[in-house]
Amino acid sequence: MNENNIRNFCIIAHIDHGKSTLADRILELTDTVKLRDMEDQLLDNMDIERERGITIKARAVRLNYHADDGQDYVFNLIDTPGHVDFNYEVSRSLAACEGALLIVDASQGIEAQTLANTYLAIEHDLEVVPVINKIDLPSADPERACTEVENVIGIPAMDAPRISAKMGTNVKEVLERVVKDIPCPKGDENAPLKALIFDSYYDQYKGVIIYCRVKEGHIKAGDTIRLMATGAEFQTVEIGYMGATDLVPVGELHAGEVGYIAASIKDIGDTRVGDTVTNAAEPCAEALPGYKKVNPMVYCGIYPADGAKYPDLRDALEKLMLNDASLSFEPETSIALGFGFRCGFLGLLHMEIIQERLEREYNLDLITTAPSVIYKVNLTNGETVFIDNPTNYPDVANIASAEEPIVNAHIYTPSEYVGNIMELCQDRRGVYKDMKYIDETRVDLHYQLPLNEIVYDFFDALKSRTKGYASFDYEMMGYAKSKLVKLDILLNGEVVDALSFIVHEDKAYSRGRRLTEKLKENIPRQLFEIPVQAAIGGKIIARETIKAMRKDVLAKCYGGDITRKKKLLEKQKEGKKRMRQLGSVSVPQEAFMSVLKLDE
Amino acid sequence: MTGIYIHVPFCKRKCPYCDFYSVCRPELYEDYTQAVCRNIEAFKGRDIKCDTIYFGGGTPSVLSAEQVDRIIDTAGKCFDLCQPEITLEANPSSVDREKMSGWRKAGVTRLSFGVQSANDRELGFLGRLHDFSQAKSAVETAAQVGFRHISCDIMLGVKGQTLESLWDSIESITALPVDHISAYMLKIEKGTAFDCDEMRNAVADDDMLCDMYLQTVGQLASKGFLQYEISNFAKEGGKSRHNLKYWHGEEYIGIGPSAHSFFDNERYYCKSDVEEFISDKVQSMVVLEDDPDKAEEYVMLGLRLTEGIDIGKAEELGGKELGENIRKKAALFQKQGLCVVEKGILRLTPAGFLASNSIIGELLW
Repeated sequence: MNENNIRNFCIIAHIDHGKSTLADRILELTDTVKLRDMEDQLLDNMDIERERGITIKARAVRLNYHADDGQDYVFNLIDTPGHVDFNYEVSRSLAACEGALLIVDASQGIEAQTLANTYLAIEHDLEVVPVINKIDLPSADPERACTEVENVIGIPAMDAPRISAKMGTNVKEVLERVVKDIPCPKGDENAPLKALIFDSYYDQYKGVIIYCRVKEGHIKAGDTIRLMATGAEFQTVEIGYMGATDLVPVGELHAGEVGYIAASIKDIGDTRVGDTVTNAAEPCAEALPGYKKVNPMVYCGIYPADGAKYPDLRDALEKLMLNDASLSFEPETSIALGFGFRCGFLGLLHMEIIQERLEREYNLDLITTAPSVIYKVNLTNGETVFIDNPTNYPDVANIASAEEPIVNAHIYTPSEYVGNIMELCQDRRGVYKDMKYIDETRVDLHYQLPLNEIVYDFFDALKSRTKGYASFDYEMMGYAKSKLVKLDILLNGEVVDALSFIVHEDKAYSRGRRLTEKLKENIPRQLFEIPVQAAIGGKIIARETIKAMRKDVLAKCYGGDITRKKKLLEKQKEGKKRMRQLGSVSVPQEAFMSVLKLDE
Repeated sequence: MTGIYIHVPFCKRKCPYCDFYSVCRPELYEDYTQAVCRNIEAFKGRDIKCDTIYFGGGTPSVLSAEQVDRIIDTAGKCFDLCQPEITLEANPSSVDREKMSGWRKAGVTRLSFGVQSANDRELGFLGRLHDFSQAKSAVETAAQVGFRHISCDIMLGVKGQTLESLWDSIESITALPVDHISAYMLKIEKGTAFDCDEMRNAVADDDMLCDMYLQTVGQLASKGFLQYEISNFAKEGGKSRHNLKYWHGEEYIGIGPSAHSFFDNERYYCKSDVEEFISDKVQSMVVLEDDPDKAEEYVMLGLRLTEGIDIGKAEELGGKELGENIRKKAALFQKQGLCVVEKGILRLTPAGFLASNSIIGELLW
């Protein structure tokens, strides 16, 4: 295929603005999928993705389009993850494209996440083609949406296609724009191979499948490839392109094309997103720019509710890691929770998704500890340590100063909620930077916030204070000195390591009080009185008491019917299995989880 | 030695707190009596030694002296009866001198009266058909016609009951010619008339019930009624031999709808359907457990008794690990005043009885 007839593009859209629906319509219009094979929202094929309406993994599909100019085109649609946690992946997907369709909901306008990704696209020199969607809605105001695009992003939008992906209205116009507005790829077919990895996943039979964009040169099955970041070399077994439902093998991939490589690769860690694939026999001089190793931002401990399931949890994590190189984990032991894993995630959503997948796909019952960011602690002896687990937080006496990660946050909101949001950000130790009006009714609030204040429930709090209208995006800024303390929880006088967390001094008291209250609610009465205390470095700052249980008896076991008694015992036995034994105190799973939901 | 339990599933009226199986079908008394006899005859020829018979209910006192006589007579022919203790539960409102005298002649040795309270207001709340003067006279008459073993039930936690009114009730009831008291804490059972929030809020809360229970244990002891089981108290020689069988893990044969049995190392029961019981030649039996866990049962049942359990025996039945767990936990509970360990015997204290479910759970696992 001539490069002139190839278009590589992605779709940028906010959650629910119709990205997947438009993708489906495009697949339909290009006859890529037979109507009978259509399943709604074909590109998002993970259950969680469909339910939450988000894209977690990048995906790509090749389409054939016969344009109005009489020529046949090959479109490569690369579906990008739409969440800040996956910013790096997004940037690599964008780097594989020459253009982006920017989908804007005609009734809602631009959202924070859309804007962040659009800027990212512009940074990568992508041609951005605005598309106004959902014109079928009664509340749609396409004119306003166009003006907003022009004002906020600064690209012409007045002639943007106005479509309804749901109804199929004007979708063809979008395809014509792709042909006309998005440039064709330009790469030297005869140069040494240079292909960008924008995703990979593990296939049980073929090993790791690399999704890549060939920038220069060409590749065929049998070639020995080198992955430049790791230096690993493999002999390719199969190459091809991504059909809507299957991988389609081809003889060769050329510069400008998007496709896959299978080379019996066992470890997905070898195929890092952003890395460059070259030919081992005739390597390119230098790798494509922009590669970086992504590091986890948020950590938490994950433990099986039933200690015996530890090996199952390890297997499940290993399997998930096959497809997710950004997930990291290592064994960890907690006095309270036994054997588990310290897991690192790109962000909160990533964490939630992994937890959900472990529970749903691997049927595991989990106890997770409160998420933690990475603190930088400068010790009195001049050393600096990075702490991702509160348990390892150094003794106060040895700390010269502590620093915590700060993010730049943008919140897009209808102006009526500004007061609520400011209050929230204030409460989360935010520093106000500025506020811009996007149009008469919507503003962009810019705050600097400590990451540890948003890893808990910031997003939920934001949604509930703005009836779900606000959108939110952040990027890491760096570290800032902070008055941090380690808050310990003591049950019956013993520190429960799994419940410790790092908190700003000013918030320690209220956190401690709320947490002890929650624990009192969630730990059943036992045969003795149990003090529940919150402490900072040995100083008790809050206390609740779980009273001793006095009455738990079956007074009447009548006529030799001891079955009730036995049933009671059975129930007790089952209940006990679900409890963690901390010294002499039995603690149910819910108690550990309550620390995660302090705002409820 | 085996015990025989006969469930008499009839009541003139259902008490609002009771969830045992009973119906109001006086026309079935005779058919039922015949069915009981038939079922007893099914054991004939097996040479089963038996030393207790217990008529429970329901309201066994709805049966006539002749019907009771026929059942006991049949039992005498089919079992090897050895100086049997024969108990019959009686409702103070459905007895008279003649009936009681007839039961006595039929061989009944022990009457258990559902007195519940000596306070008429509390009796009204419980929906009982008698007042205390009736109960008092029933007990006195029973003694007069020759019953040497008489038990009374007392209910703790009734709406309106206070520690004082409970104290007074027990003073009045222990003044009667009785040698046994069963004191039960009111529990609202699912599906009963009391099973509603209004009632739950009206009756004593757990803390109050505990106070009442502990007061009662002490008060009864001072009257010579020593506690021998969670809810049972007796004067010297007044313990119910039949009920002890349940806690000692001995055999008993249950006859009648909803009656439970532990026989031939199987726990089973008869379905709660009086018509089916009458029409079946032999009652159908639903097996609950075949060869139940001996160690578990020993601990769970034995700890209902003040005589307690022998930790060594529990270890013998359940293994070393169980023995060690019991010793370790018991030491802890003893410090909290929930149990006493003496010479390898573990006994719960009254406070321990109150929390016995949890304690047993801890000891077992």
